[in-house]
Amino acid sequence: MKFFTNWHAVHKEKMHNMKRLISFVKKEFHHVLRDPKTLMILFGLPIVQIMIFGFALTNEVKNSKIVVLDQSKDASALQLLNKIEASRYFEIEKSVTSRDEMEEAFKEGKIKMAIVIPDQFQHDLLHDNKATIQIISDATDPNTANMLNTYVNSIINDFQSSLMQGTNIPYRIIPEIKMLYNPQLKGVHNFVPGVMALVLMLVCVMMTAIAIVREKETGTMEILLVSPFQPLMVIVAKTIPYLILSLVNVTMILALSVLVLDLPINGSLGLLFAVSTLFIITCLSLGMFISVKTQTQQAAMLISLVGMLLPTLLFSGFMFPIENMPLPLQIVSNIVPAKWYYIMIKSIMIKGLGFMYIWKPILILSGITLFFIVVSIKNFKIRLA
Amino acid sequence: MLNITPNIIVKASQLRKVYGKEKTVAVDDVSFEVNRGEVFGLIGPDGAGKTSIFRMLTTLLLPDGGSAMVDGNDIVIDYKKIRSNVGYMPGKFSLYQDLSIEENINFFATVFGTTLEENYEIIKEIYVQIEPFKKRRAGKLSGGMKQKLALCCALIHKPKILFLDEPTTGVDPVSRKEFWDMLKRLKDQDITIVVSTPYMDEANLCDRIALIQKGKILSIDTPNAIVAAYPDALMEIKADNLYYLLRDLNAYEYTLSCFTFGEFLHLALKQNNVNSKLELNTYLTSKGHQNIIINPVTPTVEDCFIKLLHD
Repeated sequence: MKFFTNWHAVHKEKMHNMKRLISFVKKEFHHVLRDPKTLMILFGLPIVQIMIFGFALTNEVKNSKIVVLDQSKDASALQLLNKIEASRYFEIEKSVTSRDEMEEAFKEGKIKMAIVIPDQFQHDLLHDNKATIQIISDATDPNTANMLNTYVNSIINDFQSSLMQGTNIPYRIIPEIKMLYNPQLKGVHNFVPGVMALVLMLVCVMMTAIAIVREKETGTMEILLVSPFQPLMVIVAKTIPYLILSLVNVTMILALSVLVLDLPINGSLGLLFAVSTLFIITCLSLGMFISVKTQTQQAAMLISLVGMLLPTLLFSGFMFPIENMPLPLQIVSNIVPAKWYYIMIKSIMIKGLGFMYIWKPILILSGITLFFIVVSIKNFKIRLA
Repeated sequence: MLNITPNIIVKASQLRKVYGKEKTVAVDDVSFEVNRGEVFGLIGPDGAGKTSIFRMLTTLLLPDGGSAMVDGNDIVIDYKKIRSNVGYMPGKFSLYQDLSIEENINFFATVFGTTLEENYEIIKEIYVQIEPFKKRRAGKLSGGMKQKLALCCALIHKPKILFLDEPTTGVDPVSRKEFWDMLKRLKDQDITIVVSTPYMDEANLCDRIALIQKGKILSIDTPNAIVAAYPDALMEIKADNLYYLLRDLNAYEYTLSCFTFGEFLHLALKQNNVNSKLELNTYLTSKGHQNIIINPVTPTVEDCFIKLLHD
């Protein structure tokens, strides 16, 4: 009997907690939906960003990793490859023996380009004075792909003229260029994932941080603390509306990309949303962390902007290719959540890859999220000061 | 362990709070008891430590020394129980400005696991006054209405004790009076009220008061007993030029204390006899004062407070 009454009490408490949570979430929605400024940032920002970043960005590319499929293995091929390797633009990651292997390297995202030298390259060159060579680029980032093509072309031209030196035989090497994943070289392919990462980062981190700190600043936290409300629930309730609104945002950006910018979604939509949800939760946990560590809305905003937005812009690989950065910065980029999200979104949306290719970023993001959730809860103050 | 008799609902024992690196003492070994069902007032100027005491009793701050029990629960160990059972209204208006009256009340009702309907009786009298505006957002309410709303929210879960930190600061005199009338009616519902105020005139509305200054309690008693304990005969004095009057009275050889009190000066003399008033009148006339009014006056809590400050 006692057990039953106990159980009943526990059950009743759970019901109360659920009701509290729902009413808190409802309140949060009111806060968001009644503030025009918040709404502007929430929904105006992504649209504006998509428009602004539509203008492509130029950037220099150095030391791009490539693979070589040398089917001829003759002297001329070796010479040409040495020339390519010697340039500061390329770095031969490895030589592969089959096209399958080459494709695998592309899918892993390690390489930007593959050069296929056909069988009897030297034979063709010397007897027909004309040989072909295949250049395959990863065009998910069209700017980089274009630039790499130009570089490799000039190296081939260079090689050509050195062959012709002292003879008047018109040797010709014809490069066959193939753009992988993004044959029309659409810039949107590149910036849509970038904008998604940026917008989610901004909305989730800054908004949640501010929303929680606002309760401290206006004194409502003081009342909430002197109530049966669990601190953990304050945090959860604060984040739920932003999770939902951010998912609306993701849908909006994707719809805009598909309908207005004609961008196809090659991979699984479900996986895309699953990954986005994970990233949103990562951002929310970051926002939570900032909010427990700051006392004023201004401080929360400043830290979110400087501490989150800038690294996102710099280290996600969206604006500046990470492979061009000095090693220390490349290492730093690993702790920027947006980098992993950007990689995943590009893989799913543009390359159409499945879970097997992105489990690593998923694991890393989950780790980061868990870390910040635990630290936030540990640091949540159950008292003032 | 503290010994709690059933009649005592709040017992503070040598509470101490120190802030910052400079170790500023905000609350200095404060001890008091609040009886069940009374209105207990902490009276003192800004910076006296009233808010710090409130925050310690409502478990928002940890004391740096001493201990306190609220309804049988230790403020440090059983803080969760206290949080569920007390009503707290902070000094600053701390409700959601972008939610309506109705939404604020419903929200806090749910937070405390109850509903407006369930405890309507308790807040009814206050709520009916603001009910016509229940769809209006809290940010758009007048000071008096905000305060009523805050009181409704603090009462919605039928707390045994209500902590009100300077509830009437920044509120117009009419609303202040209304507010105190409401508190009196709450007392009839067996709710103990601990209230702080910087206004001395509100002290008489409490059952018992503690006069507090610079973190120390100067005196605890009923307002009448505190006034009755005033040792000196007090006079109120007025003349055409109050400024010179104050200067001359301070220079008067028999003056114990003299300070402005509204349009009068309150004067306590070292020795008081039948001739005092006459002698004083002669002295002031000799100083060239005109239209001198001298009346004996019963001391107020403020007089007692000033007296205690000087001792």
